[in-house]
Amino acid sequence: MQETKRRFRFPLHILVFLAPAVLLYTLFMVVPLINSLRLSFFELGNQNQQSFAGLQNYIKLFTDSNFAPFFWRALRNNFVFFAIHMLVQNPIGLLLAALLAEGGPIRNFFRTVIFMPTVLSVVIIGFIWQLILNPLWGVAESMLEAVGLGAWFGPWLGKPETALITVSLISVWQFVGIPMILFYAALIGIPEELTEAARVDGASAWDTFWRIKFPLILPTVGIVGVLTFVGNFNAFDLIYTMKGANAGPDFATDIMGTFFFRTFFGQQLQLGNPAMGATVAAMMFLIILAGVLLYMFLWARRVQTYEL
Amino acid sequence: MKTTPASRLWDSIKHFVPLVILTMYAIIALFPVVMIVINSFKTRKGIFGAPFTFPNSETFSLIGYETVTERAAFPTYFLNSAIVTFVALALTLFIGAMAAFALSEYDFRGNALMALYLSIGIMIPIRLGTVGILRLMVSLKLVNTLTGLIFIYTAQALPLTIFILSQFMRQVPRDLKDAARIDGASEYRIFGMILPLVRPALGAIGIFTMIPIWNDLWFPLIIAPSGKTATVTLGVQQFLGQFVSDWNAVLASLTLAMIPILILYILFSQQMIRSITAGAVK
Repeated sequence: MQETKRRFRFPLHILVFLAPAVLLYTLFMVVPLINSLRLSFFELGNQNQQSFAGLQNYIKLFTDSNFAPFFWRALRNNFVFFAIHMLVQNPIGLLLAALLAEGGPIRNFFRTVIFMPTVLSVVIIGFIWQLILNPLWGVAESMLEAVGLGAWFGPWLGKPETALITVSLISVWQFVGIPMILFYAALIGIPEELTEAARVDGASAWDTFWRIKFPLILPTVGIVGVLTFVGNFNAFDLIYTMKGANAGPDFATDIMGTFFFRTFFGQQLQLGNPAMGATVAAMMFLIILAGVLLYMFLWARRVQTYEL
Repeated sequence: MKTTPASRLWDSIKHFVPLVILTMYAIIALFPVVMIVINSFKTRKGIFGAPFTFPNSETFSLIGYETVTERAAFPTYFLNSAIVTFVALALTLFIGAMAAFALSEYDFRGNALMALYLSIGIMIPIRLGTVGILRLMVSLKLVNTLTGLIFIYTAQALPLTIFILSQFMRQVPRDLKDAARIDGASEYRIFGMILPLVRPALGAIGIFTMIPIWNDLWFPLIIAPSGKTATVTLGVQQFLGQFVSDWNAVLASLTLAMIPILILYILFSQQMIRSITAGAVK
């Protein structure tokens, strides 16, 4: 009897070790997240009283003319934002990592310099690029003129057709350091024996990279992809800084993060709506979850991880 | 193998092309930042007349910095950012290490489940709970306080911290702990003994936790937007919004906001990059 009792008692010290982290994490992250998701099924009255609304908020988000056009546009813009990161940021990150992986003091210097924008605040980056691209200052224009592309310059941030691509590329410029450093870490982890054998057989550097190194770093390719996805669908700061909560011109740069902020807090003529804000956040949650699950089941399960 | 002039030329091309690409990209990465810093020390005329040159006796001016010191409460912003970042970091590392120790050291019921529960936050961004967080902060009377921000950032940083630290703690040799246990050391003492052994991991996590906290705009904007609690990132954002047309002040405030993080980065960049690559080089 005494024995069984002791076996089932949870040791106090384990409780002491776990409690602070579990409590803080639960109280400030998990509970608010669940409450936000729950609020998306409720309606708020004038006195802030809640009444159950089922899927009303979601139907409103998808069909009401005050929400639906904005939601679909923000979603589409966010996919464009993500696509530009996947097509520009990650390949450039891979190229830079491949060039840096050979090592040496000069390359270590470049590695430090190229990673630098990544540690700066998005707010600072946003303002810096706003100034650089400002036609009033003309810095970007003179730079382009110097290489003969002066005619190409335009008020990119101000035109609806180019604004989204421009802010996406600014974000790429800032965050290219992350894929670069992750690919770099994976590449320098490949044992030399593996590439040495290929070189002895006369394979070119290009072939060695694509036939040997790249297959070995496929797990990192997946991680970079899913991190880009989560980061992009959670982005807000850059567009808020450069284009404000209205994500101008004419909502051309509106993504899920800015749409969420506007819905929750309101804008000039429209009052904030916490329940609808929670609904937008719940959609973001579902999108991010879908991305993470796709990665876990379609990529991480199929890609062979080699113990190096 | 014979070395003909052609093959030697090919070799030097192969040697230099990567360096040329890297140099070009490094210029792209550095150029905007350098433009801001050098122009912040110029007169308005200098900024517009000769943006690409370093300030000289004719164009040098500190007028932007004077405006910033007069109009913006930069010392307050810096202090707020420093307090929030430092306390959140210390709290994250300490209670994160405790939890990581429990998960890696003891084989208790529900260990795997607890580890899974704590790692959900690695992939799901805390921002999605903003509506709930703001309500919680209102009911706890933590709106417009640094304490509120500290709790949020600690909760945000804990999942990854616990995940990484428990991996490192598993590598600490078992004999060491068992020997201490035989000597009658309590479990708390053993934890105190392990902590210095995972110091490199603590340092690396520390740097990576710090940067997003220092740079965050979202939560200061939503939870603590008052002038008294504004962090550097929020302070700069609001200051720049009001002074858009004062180029001297804008450039000076951007430079001021960049300096602390750039100094930290230059000091710790080697450790930082080594810590990411540490897992790769065995």
